[in-house]
Amino acid sequence: MSFFAFSSPQVARRAFLGKSGLLLSGTAIALLSGREVLAKQAGGSKAGDVRILNTALSAELEAVAAYQVGAESGLLEKPVLALAGQFQGHHKEHADVLAKTIRKLGGKAVEAKSKYAFPTEGLKNQADVLRFAAGLEKGAVSAYLGAVPLFQQRDLAKAAASILGDEAMHWAVLRQALGENPVPSAFVS
Amino acid sequence: MLEGAVLLAALAAGDPQAGEAVYSRCLACHSLEVNRTGPKHCGVFGRRAGSVPGYDYSPAMKRSKLVWNEKTLDRFLADPGKTVPGTTMTYAGVPDAKERADLIAYLRQESAAARCGK
Repeated sequence: MSFFAFSSPQVARRAFLGKSGLLLSGTAIALLSGREVLAKQAGGSKAGDVRILNTALSAELEAVAAYQVGAESGLLEKPVLALAGQFQGHHKEHADVLAKTIRKLGGKAVEAKSKYAFPTEGLKNQADVLRFAAGLEKGAVSAYLGAVPLFQQRDLAKAAASILGDEAMHWAVLRQALGENPVPSAFVS
Repeated sequence: MLEGAVLLAALAAGDPQAGEAVYSRCLACHSLEVNRTGPKHCGVFGRRAGSVPGYDYSPAMKRSKLVWNEKTLDRFLADPGKTVPGTTMTYAGVPDAKERADLIAYLRQESAAARCGK
């Protein structure tokens, strides 16, 4: 399959993952390095940040489940299936880091639901699955964009922006796979 | 008074087609038909905030006493955290009044559609 406009899907994945791996490492370091400044946060602002992180965690856990639905649909060709697995892995990493950060801040991390409802009846072919995933990723970009300015702790805002970048890359790759303009505008909203 | 008139005019002019594009920003957490990270939107008009069965709302939303209509949705969507401090909708909001009007028009249209059981 040649939809990624790379010489092969493997090359595309290597190129993509190499970059996103750097971003996620930075996020993990920023969130988990035991920053004293986190401990200095006042109770009120810390509770607000925990609330933001928990909403993000809930959405990340749902994204992990959604990619699982796609992976188990039997509709994805092998290279696309592998890519979906990689993207799901990113969401798992996001969720792990978010949960650890919530606990570090003294909060209680939300847990994955035992069951999620997805519009599986509308998924008839690979394009449907890709379009569904692209919609979730676009929504994730918007969600993080709307969350970044709310953080009291700037390190958390920076880390959320790093995750936003990763979600935006997912969205672009999925749009490319659908034959759409991968980067339709200069700004996201 | 004038501000209210401007608001009503903007809400009346909402374009549901444009609103669908705005709604795409909500899709990481919401859908029309089912509860996800956020509550479902089918039936939102006339519903008391914090009252969808099976959805675990924040205490703040349950206490808000809001009833969702064009006006309350517009206020909430402009700045969720300011309108309902403590809400788990930790999103800065939709600052553009026309975009909010479009989004509300879309929600109004879809609430009356077949997929919402109408």
